[in-house]
Amino acid sequence: MFAFIVSRLLQALPVMFTVSLISFAMFAYVGDPVVIMLGQDFTEAQRQQLIRDLGLDQPFFMQFATFLGNAVQGEFGLSYRLSRPVAELIAERAPATLELAFTAAFIALAVGVPMGVYTGLYRYSWLSRVFLTFSLIGVSLPTFLIGILLILTFSVWLGWLPSFGRGEVTRIGWWTTGFLTWSGIKALVLPAITLGLFQLTLIMRLVRSEMLEVLRTDYIKFARARGLSNRAVHFGHALKNTLVPVITIAGLQLGGIIAFAIVTETVFQWPGMGLLFIQSVGAADIPVMAAYLMLIALVFVTINLVVDLLYYAVDPRLRIGRGRGH
Amino acid sequence: MSLLQVRNLRVEFPTRRGTLVALDDVSFDIAPGEVLGVVGESGAGKSMTGAAIIGLLEPPGRIAGGEILLEGRRIDNLPYERMRRIRGREIGAIFQDPLTTLNPLYTVGRQLVETMLTHLPIGPAEARERAIGWLEMVGIPAARERIDSYPHEFSGGMRQRVVIALALCAEPKLIVADEPTTALDVSIQAQVIALLKRLAREKGTAMMLVTHDMGVIAETADRVAVMYAGRIAEIGPVREVVKRANHPYSQGLMASIPPLDRRVERLAQIEGAMPRLSAIPKGCAYNPRCPRVFDRCRRERPDLMPAGATLAACWLYAPASGEGHAP
Ligand SMILES: Nc1ncnc2c1ncn2[C@@H]1O[C@H](COP(=O)(O)OP(=O)(O)OP(=O)(O)O)[C@@H](O)[C@H]1O
Ligand code: SF4
Ligand SMILES: [Mg+2]
Repeated sequence: MFAFIVSRLLQALPVMFTVSLISFAMFAYVGDPVVIMLGQDFTEAQRQQLIRDLGLDQPFFMQFATFLGNAVQGEFGLSYRLSRPVAELIAERAPATLELAFTAAFIALAVGVPMGVYTGLYRYSWLSRVFLTFSLIGVSLPTFLIGILLILTFSVWLGWLPSFGRGEVTRIGWWTTGFLTWSGIKALVLPAITLGLFQLTLIMRLVRSEMLEVLRTDYIKFARARGLSNRAVHFGHALKNTLVPVITIAGLQLGGIIAFAIVTETVFQWPGMGLLFIQSVGAADIPVMAAYLMLIALVFVTINLVVDLLYYAVDPRLRIGRGRGH
Repeated sequence: MSLLQVRNLRVEFPTRRGTLVALDDVSFDIAPGEVLGVVGESGAGKSMTGAAIIGLLEPPGRIAGGEILLEGRRIDNLPYERMRRIRGREIGAIFQDPLTTLNPLYTVGRQLVETMLTHLPIGPAEARERAIGWLEMVGIPAARERIDSYPHEFSGGMRQRVVIALALCAEPKLIVADEPTTALDVSIQAQVIALLKRLAREKGTAMMLVTHDMGVIAETADRVAVMYAGRIAEIGPVREVVKRANHPYSQGLMASIPPLDRRVERLAQIEGAMPRLSAIPKGCAYNPRCPRVFDRCRRERPDLMPAGATLAACWLYAPASGEGHAP
């Protein structure tokens, strides 16, 4: 078990290294930070000073080593645009994005899995058809359009839910949460649905097709031949086997949710990391972009590890012998 | 009275290009404790017959005629829930491939306990003790330690023993065993059959044993049914059918078996192929391949009729008035 985790972590290192290299390359080759930071008017002396301060006169690998060393400590320098430490900016925005992403993921799983099971078990019922049609819409409509349609319906026409912002948030240490106030929860509804809808329909379709597959297997036939109740066959035997692949996809989807929160955050002016990123792109604020990129990579790597551990917990075949080979 | 009676069973598959008749007019009985061997080429309808008996025909397949009775009660038209209680409890099933019949995510013990708790009025602790007993009975070494192992931790032969334990653990009166050793290593097939035979005898369990292995039939079965193109071609006591088959198809089948001391896994093929369900010839389905075919065979379909010590569906045995000439 311990060896398994360690080997997974070691596998993650090259990924993180590559991403750092890309982030650093952005620093080094995209735009001229000196010009960006100094604005229009500056003297040659100021320019030389800044180049030394930023370490831009060092050789490439030295600069990269410094960058890596700083990155490991969560140190990404100052934002060009806001002149505040990047780490601070991101820490400020992270709770908004994480709360949004987890709510969206929760909705996607809590609704998508039961819908998938239902449509797998009752393939020909009218409700299954409704679900499938609905899922087609979810898969084919772009996120921003869904967001706008929801805003139009629930904010503009019905006036039930706010169309932008996080509502009132409560501060707990450095974390800010919208879960504790009514206006915070109301503000979360539309963005979370917008963000989770695509994943929801994807998970539903995945669970459905896995379920159909599993229901055709010999061990399900044998479970029926042993006279087990439908309930035991469907939920005890079929669903559990369905979950093995679903865990992987759902895990990757969660990473996707966090990464692609950008669109939703823009539509709803959600004060999270995605919005920060978009604003930074507009201003060529490289330190923020680099930090964001590395953070997202870290999130994916972490989620992959968790997925592997869950796999390990669900499927006994992996626990014996050599573990899972790729 | 017979334990199982199958009467004029007909199974159909509605398809876009018309209805396929997979089983037609299949009738046979199995007495308590009796082993009925079922043989025939691939596609003859052996598995289909088993599936119909345990009530698990795969849709759109359906029983379109005839009846199946267990101890005199009809079971072919029961609602799903009633039939479910019979499966496992009164009719057990063993499938071909032990590598795929066990749920990989649950321990063998859990699967045994779950089956017993479903059917028997016992508690979990008692069920677990019995599960260990069953594993010992089917010859799993160190059963008490192995009970919490997962299927993949057992070899193919051991897994089939677990499957046998699962099929027997609620003490059904009849077991439908569909090629229980075909997927196993040749070297362990005999052991598994011997185990099955011994347990069936000890528990007085009747068995419908589908196999391609005539050696197994000769050693295990009391009676044999030979199937061809969805029908029974011949049925009778095992000695008669193996040594003095009456139906030309059975004769061909038996002629292709080497002597008992050298066992083969598969029946050698008779010349030609069995017709597809969509193209079963008029009259006797065997007539295009039959060396003794005559006029009537191409016009009328023969039903089972007494032929020597067996019943054969062949015009050669038509009562005197017919055109047939007894061999
Ligand atoms: N879903 C289906 N639709 C149409 N025909 C089917 C279907 N399933 C099976 N059949 C047909 O039913 C017939 C009987 O099949 P069955 O599986 O009972 O054969 P079998 O005697 O068990 O053969 P084997 O020795 O290969 O196991 C075959 O001709 C097969 O093609
Ligand atoms: S009925 Fe005719 S064709 Fe059919 S097996 Fe008998 S002799 Fe052959
Ligand atoms: Mg078969």
